[in-house]
Amino acid sequence: MNYLGKDVELKVVGTRPIRPDGVEKVIGRAAFGADFRVAGMIHGKVLRSPHAHARIKSIDTSKAEALKGVRAVITANDLPNIPSEEAFVGEGPANFRDMSLNTIARDKVLYDGHAVAAVAATSPSIAEEALRLIDVEYEVLPNVIDVEEAMKPDAPVLHDDLFTQGVDPKPTKASNIAKRMEFKLGDSASAFSKADVIVERKYKTAPVHQAYIEPHACVVSYGADGQAQIWCSSQGQFMVRAYCAKLLGMDIADIRVFPLEIGGGFGGKTLVYLEPLALALSRKSGKPVKMTMSREEVFRGSGPTSGGAINVKIGATKNGRIVAAECEVMLQAGAFPGSPIGPALMTPFAMYDLSDVTIWGYDVVSNRPKVAAYRAPGAPVSTFATESAVDELAKQLDMDPLELRLINAAKDGTKAVYGPTLKDIGFVETLEAAKSSSHWNSPLGDAAPGKRRGRGMASGFWFNIGGESSGATYVNEDGTITVVSGNPDIGGSRASMGMMAAEVLGMDVKDVRTVVGDTTSVGFSFLTGGSRVTFATGMAVTQSAEMVRDELCKRAALLWEIPAEAVEWKDGKAYPAGDNAGKFDPLTIADIAGKSARTGGPITGKASINAQGAGPGYATHICDLEVDEETGHTTVLRYTAIQDVGKAIHPAYVEGQLQGGAVQGIGWALNEEYVYTKDGRLDNAGFLDYRIPVASDLPMIETILVEVPNPRHPFGVKGVGEPPIVPPMAAVANAMENATGVRMSSLPMSPPRVRAALDASEG
Amino acid sequence: MAKTHVTATINGEETEFLCDGQQTMLDVLRDEMGLTGSKEGCGSGDCGACSILVDGRLVCSCLMFGAEAEGTDIMTIEGMADGDKLHPLQQKFLEHAALQCGFCTPGVLVASKALLDKNPNPTEEEARYWLAGNLCRCTGYDKIIEAVMDAAAEMRGE
Repeated sequence: MNYLGKDVELKVVGTRPIRPDGVEKVIGRAAFGADFRVAGMIHGKVLRSPHAHARIKSIDTSKAEALKGVRAVITANDLPNIPSEEAFVGEGPANFRDMSLNTIARDKVLYDGHAVAAVAATSPSIAEEALRLIDVEYEVLPNVIDVEEAMKPDAPVLHDDLFTQGVDPKPTKASNIAKRMEFKLGDSASAFSKADVIVERKYKTAPVHQAYIEPHACVVSYGADGQAQIWCSSQGQFMVRAYCAKLLGMDIADIRVFPLEIGGGFGGKTLVYLEPLALALSRKSGKPVKMTMSREEVFRGSGPTSGGAINVKIGATKNGRIVAAECEVMLQAGAFPGSPIGPALMTPFAMYDLSDVTIWGYDVVSNRPKVAAYRAPGAPVSTFATESAVDELAKQLDMDPLELRLINAAKDGTKAVYGPTLKDIGFVETLEAAKSSSHWNSPLGDAAPGKRRGRGMASGFWFNIGGESSGATYVNEDGTITVVSGNPDIGGSRASMGMMAAEVLGMDVKDVRTVVGDTTSVGFSFLTGGSRVTFATGMAVTQSAEMVRDELCKRAALLWEIPAEAVEWKDGKAYPAGDNAGKFDPLTIADIAGKSARTGGPITGKASINAQGAGPGYATHICDLEVDEETGHTTVLRYTAIQDVGKAIHPAYVEGQLQGGAVQGIGWALNEEYVYTKDGRLDNAGFLDYRIPVASDLPMIETILVEVPNPRHPFGVKGVGEPPIVPPMAAVANAMENATGVRMSSLPMSPPRVRAALDASEG
Repeated sequence: MAKTHVTATINGEETEFLCDGQQTMLDVLRDEMGLTGSKEGCGSGDCGACSILVDGRLVCSCLMFGAEAEGTDIMTIEGMADGDKLHPLQQKFLEHAALQCGFCTPGVLVASKALLDKNPNPTEEEARYWLAGNLCRCTGYDKIIEAVMDAAAEMRGE
């Protein structure tokens, strides 16, 4: 059923209760990955490659094994050599063989930080000492870091068996281009003849890390019976189970994964890194093994997101109608194929109603860590380019950039270049909200001497996903309610799950306890990603609560000895209805639960679904900034994030998604990048040199929640986590152009680059 | 290696512990005392997730050796609430949804307490600069700043 009608009065959904797991988190008691321990555990550490690209000639572990306190040393030979097999990973494709080789290198190391061996010992310091005793003989090979360099015919080739897919004829020579993809609508090449104005430009973005504050961590116990338990911080306990089973050659039923609290992920914890190594170490040593990454290891050894090079060409008539658009995206995958090239192509024109558009791109390997998903993977890269180009178009047409977007905005019925016809979308509503916002209508104000001030805006799209999800609602003996979600709670989803269940049951949300289940206490759920949890798992939880509500009515009918349809559920109680109205006192959940043995036993609702009908999310952001002419330093003065969220279950956490995503985007725009030395080593593997935004860098982040409900969700939910990272890079670049007259087409817009661009423009 | 015997007041209680020369105060808290509320986000003093108060002064416990704690009075996140009564900052963080994943939260709360102990009436800018050493990747800091300003107002009796 759905709760969208005007006659439905929502009492819980849309309010801002305190989250059920909040107190544990403010008193320091919540257990995150590294906080967990079991009796008798030992400590694992990873030896990582110092080379960007090298052949492993030999590994001698004998000295490490002989060190007192060392319990196990492993190399790739302690894990099965997995054949090539396609896997769906997080929000992009991958291959189990590559996943295994990324976990621990077999014949070649492909990036600085690539795991080569691992040790388990009685203390972390002994394990570290043992790493220094492992002799690895390398034959260093030429490396390639940059995406366009990697595409050149004479570039060092990472994989001898990689032949570009998606081109005809199939290449006979191996290269670093894993795949070419294309989406096409109409005929863009000839449609450019209708354009009065054409913008054509090349853009570039740097790879950036998700930079969750919690490093990866796990405890793994492999028993003598071949059964294993894993306690870890991840974006999916079922994902960890499936990948570990595959990588270790185990049965899924022999692994049980307990999700610990996750200290941020943003896509970066949709993969396994340490868990398979800890399993192998535990199996070899017979002891539970704890492993944690240092911050340096997080930067060197876990996935950043892709950087890219993008060519955009857009043409419009003089009254502002875009008549043709083309975009080419070259996206870094890191050491193994599997960049988010698909989403990078699906998203950047999906804000517009276009009849002639071609977008194509390449998935390119180079000697960097294999990329992992990062919040709307791919979309921020390509959208930075297209939304910068749309701004340039507005300037050339002498039009307000917001009006230009309104003229071309996608509406219900617009056919997107990647296939679907869009429906129930709220893009125009975000533009209208921007147009009438206090921010857009306030004067920019005067810049201080030596500074230049500007305003810019940009929009973005993310399709959002649904997928397989499970949820359960249990009526406890005393009438309290436990809700079990199959997805790790990465930013407050326990609150939204509990609120939806409380709404269905007509209860106070305080009386609903929501927990995240381990892999044996709730049905399978695809991982926390794609902005799917409140949508898909929320749908499962809602259905499970409805089953409980219906069963409670049935049990009340049995107690009253009247037909079940003559019972009505209201405000958390069963009431006799129809002819029986007023004949019996209402029954509370506690009343019914206390007598459940007499009416058929425990009352439970469980739903396992494949949720379809995710509603796409649209965002429009406005940025005011000031550039210091002398230093090139940029200060964001005011920032507003506007988004169609469908329906905000807990508006404060929805605002939080918009604010957090916007600020990650501001960091991406202004500061963040992976810096490499000439020999391919990562040169800024720490928070001092990889600078994410801090509190003093930022203003308050204003939010406007636009609610165009998704009719395919009981409460109208659309995913909200990913759209807010899509517009910021272009919003900042457009404001920068407005302030300085200089178009920054390469990210990050760090002070030295801005300074250099200002110098160049002053000639 | 011989261990050092240390006596310090931790969250109001006189506590004795043994540590070796290379153990940081963060290691001692987490591994020897089971006080895992202080987090290791970087181990280099850049993220502030391990913030504690040492004699009232805000310190990254990953940059302090355990042996340096001798004779000091230390407060960690576990000592911030008064029994089951939350500190106003803790309460306001909950009310303002100032945490998403919650990993940086203990450090941010300890740092915020140090701010309000020193300056009960900070401006937004002062709060932002004081908390510049505490990285949060989830929230964009907006609701953290709101919560700190609101807690400060409440503690001033406004």
